[in-house]
Amino acid sequence: MVEIAMLPAERPDSYVRAALRSPSFMIGVVITAIFLLLAIVSFFWTPYSYAALDIPHKLKGPSGQHWFGTDQFGRDIFSMIMVGARTSIAVALIAVGVGVVVGVPLGLAAAARRGSLLDEIIMRANDLVFAFPALLIAVLITAVFGPGAVNAIIAIGIFNIPVFARLSRGAALTLWTREFILAARVAGKGPVRISVEHILPNILNTLVVQVTIQFALGILADAGLAYVGLGAQPPTPSWGKMLADAQTLISLAPHTAIIPGLAIVLTVLGLNLMGDGLRDIFDPRLRRNRQ
Amino acid sequence: MTLLDIKGLEVDIGRTPILRGIDLTLAKGEILGLIGESGSGKSMTALATMRLLPDGAEASGSIMLDGDDLLQKAEREMCGIRGRDIGMVFQEPMTALDPLKTIGDQVAETVLIHGRANRAEAADIARDTLGRVGLPAERFPLDRYPHELSGGQRQRVVIATAIALRPRLLVADEPTTALDVTTQAQILVLLKRLVDEDGMGMIFITHDLAVVAGLADRVAIMRQGEIVETGETGAVFRALAHPYTRALFEASGHVPQRVAPPAPEPGAAPVLAVDDVVRDYRLPRKNLFRPPATFRAVDNVSLTINRGENVGLVGESGSGKSTLARAIMALDPLQGGAVVLDGETLNAAAGASPKARRKMQVVFQDPYGSFDPRHRVDRLITEPFHLLGSEAPTGAARQARIAEALETVGLSAADAQKYPHEFSGGQRQRIAIARALIIRPALIILDEAVSALDVSIRAQILDLLAALSGRLKLSYLFISHDLHVVRAVTDRVLVMQAGKIVESGATDEVFRNPRHAYTQSLLAAAPSLETALADRMQRA
Amino acid sequence: MGGGWAALAGGLMPAFLLGRLASLILSLIAASVVIFLILEVVPGDPAQFMLGMNAEPQTLAALREQLGLNGSLLSRYLGWVFGMLHGDFGISYTYRTPVSGLIADRLVVSLPLAIYALALTLLISFPAGIFAAARRNSRADLTVMGATQLGVAVPNFWFAMLLVLLFAVTLRWFGAGGFPGWGDPWLALRALTLPAIALALPQASILTRVMRSALLDTLGEDYIRSARAKGLSGRQTLWRHALRNALIPVLTIIGLQFSFLLAGAIIIENVFFLPGLGRLVFQGITQRDLIVVKSVVMLLVFAVIFVNFLVDLSYAAIDPRLRRRR
Repeated sequence: MVEIAMLPAERPDSYVRAALRSPSFMIGVVITAIFLLLAIVSFFWTPYSYAALDIPHKLKGPSGQHWFGTDQFGRDIFSMIMVGARTSIAVALIAVGVGVVVGVPLGLAAAARRGSLLDEIIMRANDLVFAFPALLIAVLITAVFGPGAVNAIIAIGIFNIPVFARLSRGAALTLWTREFILAARVAGKGPVRISVEHILPNILNTLVVQVTIQFALGILADAGLAYVGLGAQPPTPSWGKMLADAQTLISLAPHTAIIPGLAIVLTVLGLNLMGDGLRDIFDPRLRRNRQ
Repeated sequence: MTLLDIKGLEVDIGRTPILRGIDLTLAKGEILGLIGESGSGKSMTALATMRLLPDGAEASGSIMLDGDDLLQKAEREMCGIRGRDIGMVFQEPMTALDPLKTIGDQVAETVLIHGRANRAEAADIARDTLGRVGLPAERFPLDRYPHELSGGQRQRVVIATAIALRPRLLVADEPTTALDVTTQAQILVLLKRLVDEDGMGMIFITHDLAVVAGLADRVAIMRQGEIVETGETGAVFRALAHPYTRALFEASGHVPQRVAPPAPEPGAAPVLAVDDVVRDYRLPRKNLFRPPATFRAVDNVSLTINRGENVGLVGESGSGKSTLARAIMALDPLQGGAVVLDGETLNAAAGASPKARRKMQVVFQDPYGSFDPRHRVDRLITEPFHLLGSEAPTGAARQARIAEALETVGLSAADAQKYPHEFSGGQRQRIAIARALIIRPALIILDEAVSALDVSIRAQILDLLAALSGRLKLSYLFISHDLHVVRAVTDRVLVMQAGKIVESGATDEVFRNPRHAYTQSLLAAAPSLETALADRMQRA
Repeated sequence: MGGGWAALAGGLMPAFLLGRLASLILSLIAASVVIFLILEVVPGDPAQFMLGMNAEPQTLAALREQLGLNGSLLSRYLGWVFGMLHGDFGISYTYRTPVSGLIADRLVVSLPLAIYALALTLLISFPAGIFAAARRNSRADLTVMGATQLGVAVPNFWFAMLLVLLFAVTLRWFGAGGFPGWGDPWLALRALTLPAIALALPQASILTRVMRSALLDTLGEDYIRSARAKGLSGRQTLWRHALRNALIPVLTIIGLQFSFLLAGAIIIENVFFLPGLGRLVFQGITQRDLIVVKSVVMLLVFAVIFVNFLVDLSYAAIDPRLRRRR
């Protein structure tokens, strides 16, 4: 969906104040921060090694020794969740990065040369990528090139590119007709300079909101890929794989299925709340209504 | 009994007071002009009468319509009153109609909603009403859609939806502000006729004194949420009792003091020479096999501007004046002819060299959209330094130029550190003028530069422009649809219609003795404060 | 709106229709080229890819012959495309039967599932979105927003697992998976119900939010104010004016989301062991049966492009500005 460029009308410090006052933003930030923290800490410490098998204690529910219980091989689920956070967040984050770094310049270029062949090509390429069901192509790519985290990143990243291209193009187009852009053109500035100096800073708000949304979608996509066996490979744990393993055990030991699922839901929820909160903070119409 | 009697109306939004102590009366068949600048609360008064105030607004006082207090009515009852007893017409005709419904449906809806007729009868009433507003069914069948009509025609449809049930009161909020001069004149005539035919009372809201002087029997002048003066139109404008009324009156007819332009030196090149310029637009492809048609927006236009001369370019929407302006600014490539600025040809296809562009700057219409909201004033007004390349001043010299530019336009050097949103509309236009002046161009193009400003602010900006032109020997190309503004500030004027210049000459001469039929119709349609008041005196 | 469809049928807008049709065909061609490149060119030697590293040279040569891999790239591509246009999707290497037959068998599961899920999505999201927009900022609205916020965060396969746990294992209202065939339509629908619900949840959540936001945007437009000034109540303006105008962005999203619906269906079929196209393509990938994979992917992409084409047509039915008068 194309967002109108949310032009900033106030100075940055008022954003911070608005952010602190927004419940969805604050809740979202807190939740996301918790998972980020878990992911970072997992590099240094986990309660147990995620690969440590302990068959005698398999499928035990949450207890004092194992906060989230154990899986069918006796591995500590809490540790697996922590490391899984690391994988999911890394994949989703880098995939978003790919989308932004490639997609935004494409979108800006298309808007700067609206109606030209370049614009047509970029738009058509966007439409083409959108025509492919995302997961299917991710599955295809990982099937042809082999499973693994890197290929998952590429597969998900490819789908972020047209999202950001279309978004930047739409937002940039609404700005190109504004008079301050005309003034810059009369001052002799070329389209590249204008795109970088004037358009990009003014669509930053829109982009930031979309980054949180695509980040959340990346987590879901990575979980889906891992579920069908195409994400990070064992022994590295990933939330989607944990769910796949738990499928047959669900009636025996529901916690093996519920906990990884909750982890996914909470992370995605946190990111979406952050995105919603940011959108409210940046949207000048809503700000005006509040005043 | 008076038709409408508003007593002590007060409106607050949250804790902000919007209207204070509004008292207004309106008799049957009378036209009341409600005058005010932006922020005066005139629209709020209209919305309060319709009980269509924005969320969070609270109204107190009384609004009596034929003895019935509208402020005491439940929403359900108000739904019955709106459209049936009170009709309202808004300012912007292009967005006032549902794009997905036919005009017949939208006019008939007023009738059907109030349960006054069945479908067939409602359609008949719709047809009749559209005929009454000047859209006869033979040329404008009921199944037309809004996007197939022009702005003036859409406004007629909006009026039709408002009067379909012959309401007692019609509220018109700036109904002609967004329309061309000639269309405006037609709509004003239409409204007067409808008021006479139906015996309606009408509240006509506007900021334009000339319009109201010709149309309204009584006027009420508003300022910052209060009424400062009311009375019979002629009397109010003759006496000019309240200082604000006097200020408004003087600003409306304000003519800045001007110096005659210097005589052009023999042999000197004109500052701007436009030779036979042609601009064509490609229309969207209708047929896969034939090449797309072109539309000639600018048709072999030529003009010259000499040093220190102020030339006006007048035209309505669709005349091609904006396209011509963009071509002169070298923003779009030409399909024919050339633009020569101080001896150098501008080549828009190549982006026009920075050196060539140095002699020309632009001031745009919208004081709110002219600036990048993320930049401070000092960065904004030095944007043209980009054209100076390596010769651009830096350091102390740059600061000095910034201060000089700001002071020239009546601001202070300290304003350089502020952001655009900290300034009012009029101040922003001053900043825009400072930006245009800073590299000392020979020509400034003013594209509707005062059209979005309030009357009193407009007068100040015109004074500033006139003074600058005289002092700095600047040439202006003053593009506007507003004839009075053009008359006040230009030496020569060009009239543009459908891509061609139909008349040109010394401003006073053209305005006094227009030769082309189009110029004559434009001048006839433009409302004039003096003429309107003179007519009133005669009739009185 | 009837007038719109009539206009469409009457061909009053040939330019628009032709333009969209041309766009459709171009997209299909481009997509087929991409699929062809990914599946025939990228893996290097498709025959080697299919048979693995330890294949005998004779088997490889035989397979190459059978797949027609000895022709030029262009002739292989054109052969494939013309074959498809005639309904010939090649012979599956794993099953040794025509792929068209396999597809037909699976289609009777996947197509009804997709339609079922789409129907559920629309049935939930339209009323919910309208309800939330009409009662903006009320407790009911916040509840709907909260529910949709959760709905978009839930992975559909996990939700499917929970549904199975609750309705199949605990309550025994539905089976845990499998498809009994269309012999008994009632049983078939029962088998498709939990999968359809799992698919519909995230879609309905997204669409509810889109509907609500589109309606709120539309309700801020000038013509709504004009309608109120005529005497229409808030509710009447919503139903008579806002809703149809809000449909335009909503339709766009439905079109865009359809590809996500198909992608979700692929996973869901695996959760519920439904013999649909999703399982077919998965098995094809695991078995390295490129012929099957090529055809199914092409079919799925065709479905997405076609649905978006239908969405474009529906714009013209709704929006008179897209139709040109004689």
